[in-house]
Amino acid sequence: MSAAHGHPAEQVHEPVFVGETLAELERRFTEYPTKQALLLPALWMIQERRGWISEQAIGEVAAVLGLTPAYVKGVVTFYTMYHTHPVGRHFIQVCTTSPCGLCGAEETLRAIVEHSGCGELGATSPDGRFTVIEVECLGACGFPTPVLVDDDFIENVTPETVPALLERYR
Amino acid sequence: MGYPHPSHPREQVLLSKYFGDSGARTYAGWVDRGGYQGLRKALGMSREALIEEVKASGLRGRGGAGFPTGLKWSFMPKDDGKPHYLVCNADESEPGTFKDREIMRWTPHALIEGCALAAYAIAAERCYIYIRGEFTEPWSVMTEAVREAYANGVLGRNALGSGHRIDITLHRGAGAYICGEETAMMNSIEGKRGNPRIKPPFPAVAGLFGMPTTINNVETLAATPHIVLQGAAFYKSLCLGNPKSTGTKLISVCGHVQRPGNYEITMGTPMRELIYDMCGGMRPGRTLKAVIPGGSSVPIMTADEAETCITDYEGVIEKGSMLGSGGMIVMDDSADMVYQVWRLARFYAHESCAQCTQCREGTAWTTRILERILAGKGKEADFQLLLDLSEQMTGKTICVLSDSCAAPIVSGIQKFRGEFEAYMSGARRPALASAL
Amino acid sequence: MADELVSVTIDGAAVSVPKGMTIIEAAKQAGILIPHYCYHPSLPSPAVCRMCLVEVEKAPKLMPACVTTVTDGQVVHVNSAVAKKAREGVLEFLLINHPLDCPICDQAGECELQDYVFQEGRAGTRYAEYAKRYNPVEEFGPDVLYVANRCILCTRCVRFMDDVAQTPVLNVSERGDRAFIGISPEQTLDHAWAGNVVDLCPVGSLISKDFLHKARAWDLDKAPSVCPGCTQGCNMSIETRDDVVVRLRPRPNLEVNRHFMCDYGRLDYRWMNRGDRIEAPLVRQAERHVAVDWDTALDTLGRLASGAGSVVILASGRASVESLGLVRRLAGAGPVTAAIRVPIGDEAPLAGIPDLALRKERVPNLHGAAMLGYGPEWGAALRAAAGAGLVILLDVALSEEEERTLAGAAGRIVVLGTAVSGIDRRADLVLPVTSMAEENGVYVNRDYRAQRYHQAKPAPGMARPAWWIAGEVLAGQGPDRDAPSTASEAFDLVAAAFDAFAGLRHADLGFSGRRVAAPAGASR
Repeated sequence: MSAAHGHPAEQVHEPVFVGETLAELERRFTEYPTKQALLLPALWMIQERRGWISEQAIGEVAAVLGLTPAYVKGVVTFYTMYHTHPVGRHFIQVCTTSPCGLCGAEETLRAIVEHSGCGELGATSPDGRFTVIEVECLGACGFPTPVLVDDDFIENVTPETVPALLERYR
Repeated sequence: MGYPHPSHPREQVLLSKYFGDSGARTYAGWVDRGGYQGLRKALGMSREALIEEVKASGLRGRGGAGFPTGLKWSFMPKDDGKPHYLVCNADESEPGTFKDREIMRWTPHALIEGCALAAYAIAAERCYIYIRGEFTEPWSVMTEAVREAYANGVLGRNALGSGHRIDITLHRGAGAYICGEETAMMNSIEGKRGNPRIKPPFPAVAGLFGMPTTINNVETLAATPHIVLQGAAFYKSLCLGNPKSTGTKLISVCGHVQRPGNYEITMGTPMRELIYDMCGGMRPGRTLKAVIPGGSSVPIMTADEAETCITDYEGVIEKGSMLGSGGMIVMDDSADMVYQVWRLARFYAHESCAQCTQCREGTAWTTRILERILAGKGKEADFQLLLDLSEQMTGKTICVLSDSCAAPIVSGIQKFRGEFEAYMSGARRPALASAL
Repeated sequence: MADELVSVTIDGAAVSVPKGMTIIEAAKQAGILIPHYCYHPSLPSPAVCRMCLVEVEKAPKLMPACVTTVTDGQVVHVNSAVAKKAREGVLEFLLINHPLDCPICDQAGECELQDYVFQEGRAGTRYAEYAKRYNPVEEFGPDVLYVANRCILCTRCVRFMDDVAQTPVLNVSERGDRAFIGISPEQTLDHAWAGNVVDLCPVGSLISKDFLHKARAWDLDKAPSVCPGCTQGCNMSIETRDDVVVRLRPRPNLEVNRHFMCDYGRLDYRWMNRGDRIEAPLVRQAERHVAVDWDTALDTLGRLASGAGSVVILASGRASVESLGLVRRLAGAGPVTAAIRVPIGDEAPLAGIPDLALRKERVPNLHGAAMLGYGPEWGAALRAAAGAGLVILLDVALSEEEERTLAGAAGRIVVLGTAVSGIDRRADLVLPVTSMAEENGVYVNRDYRAQRYHQAKPAPGMARPAWWIAGEVLAGQGPDRDAPSTASEAFDLVAAAFDAFAGLRHADLGFSGRRVAAPAGASR
């Protein structure tokens, strides 16, 4: 309906659940008694292949699992790891919750925001390389500051080690 | 062990023996290290005997609630004809806690063994291990380990040749602390928003997919093969404090200590020993100011309270807090208590699921008040306001997230009032640029 | 099998209720309304608003009354200091982001947030220093607007669409204090029963575009009525402002429509306000129609009716039992063909409620008419009319072709009409009658439930109910004439004349109606 809470749409949506991807999803149907339970795994599959979950992808996965787009959207917007808009080639998540905050996480975060070229949280760098966000406890409090770059979980990041870390991700 | 540091002699190394030992990750490596013997023995016992053994050991839920594990298993109906489910809670998101992650990435087979054992005990043929989405390394390690377990006949239609079917499915979370709440976790597995459910019905009656379900923490499950193999009496004997707190606990110590890490202590170990001996005490020139012992959802302890506290369930309660998940956040005199309380409130506000009015609005409102205080615009009336709101947020909601937000606020004001007053009077410069 | 009963004391009042009942429902039996938002008797209970928390002796915490079942000997305190303080807290939390929209909000005057805050909320805000959460207004569907800022996230609308309409079109989006009710751009709230979310919304968050800014709740007069849209017979209330119908809303009836009515019925009220009404009785004199008084008109009608021979009555499916019955009697003992027009539309069930749907037959009184000898064979009746001695048209709108057929009819034509129409020019007598919004009457729905509807607005001009007209003529002259002066008396006359209604009286029907015996061999 209105664009008020609309998320960006893709120009053209190539179906995700075809061929091997569909086969992979269908193989997992035996592990759950309902198709609805495949929703979180299916959303991960979309994000792994497309980098984000568009409105059209939401419609597609709803149809595949026998759900409505509104229902799927309610689920997608609940979980913060699903991207509802395109992000940089590398997505950086920096923990700043108290245990890490006590050990310099905010300085590390500032260093990453600056060195990545993003300039501010949630923004994508002009060269499209990075998007940086601040996240809540990553469950590695004894190794401050933990940073997730895509699926790489890096421990003990400090402002000093930030430049070399970012260099690894083109 | 105090991974990433070598084990301290005062640790009781049971679950953490192979932390840092990448050889323990493989099936072959695990078997070499004596793995799967506990499961084998358990599969040869009757379910009743197995549950009794776990009850006798005194094992209590290590995720935070501390509920007696054997008792929880005994709630499952017998011979009811319905499918039973075991859910392993690997959502570890409680600030300060990082132990389950270590169990999974160093000893994945230990968790598989514990899950299979528990599944057998409660007559569940399928176990879902719910791993938080951010745990990418545990996810890939567990994936490979489960594959190996199936390949080697540990899992599947005929687990270890017992004739019993045990299946494990790894289910990936997607960024929601609240999914660590057992009923929210079930909703999340079912493909729904991670909203906690009202109880009753209780999971053992109508849980996952409406079927009888038991949810256990990673550490709890990993302990069970040890209990079966070495006997309940052995586990029960690991007790330095209250007899109701037995066995070992992985304490995730973080914050202002020399050697942060996971320390496996015998229940009842004095907290000062943990902080000063095992963790090497404070950083140079620093003194202990506060400890939040159970993950952040418990009252803050002063240095005095922590230094005279026995680390077990009853001991911490005696000092006015809770052992919880054992995620111990240590703060020295450099810590800004108001700032930390604000940052924790902000965490809870971010994670609220939005169902209950008091939590949805209260976590955000208290965060804003604390922000305003940190921005130098606080006033005396804010104390009563924060305490009033905290009271409204306690004991009135479907789950305890709002209570957890209130705990640091109330204890922070009770025990560190002077720091709040310093911001209000202007004696301390604002820590935040502006309030909103 | 008898329900096991348990005794529970609520705020000092002892009640005995069936085992398994919730405290909130048991309290109703004790005459106590426990304040609540998310609970609704026709929806599954999530216990999220936390407004209904009550003190239960021996329970460690306050318990949500909407999902806590009663136990024998339970003692509940709804208005203790502790319970009231908890409610005060919920209200304070709800108000911090709620905009001060009352002056421009349609819900004012019938708003449950206003009501409870006034009753037991805090007098002043403690949230003065911050901006309130802002979300833009969204158009959810053809009639429903979502004013997100006013939403208290009770989720009644989501549960209605999920569980009752079984068309999950709404969701809760985001988390925490950022949450709002969302809809997918691929979907729209155009379900046949979507308008009910506006009724369900306790505040002015979901509002009807049709009703937007039309009237203040306290300006409305309300009359209990029955929807004339189809044979389901949903109970409704006609709401008027200065005698103009501005809104129809469902009235609860657990046997018929629970708490709901469909959008087709809900939005079809404009015809009740039509201005092009027949104002006065008209008698044809040569080529002209002359307005006359009722005495003259009734005399004329009496003469036309008595010497008629064969009579054909073509009636609206909206005509009441009283009117259909007495007009039928007026037609006399000779051959009578009587039919009602039954427009047909698509059925639209409310999937989550058994036996509730917008029915194909778009008339409210199909069975009532049948029980009085009116069939649905409209075409045949129309053909018969061409050769009948007297044709009585009761509030029918004819197509041009139908008018031409009748215009050429051999016999006399009497129009008992509401809106002016083309056939009036051909009619020998045109009498203004009331619409169902302007009279009392009875309809019999598809379940053979006889239900009363009540007058909501005054009749225009000299219009009278059709039963009054027929009743006056039937009563004849003389001092002992028995002409009905109320619909209730008219109903008694019908009951005396038609076996199907024998022994039934208005007083038996109350506000929820009553099942009557279906005629032998009858089907739905």
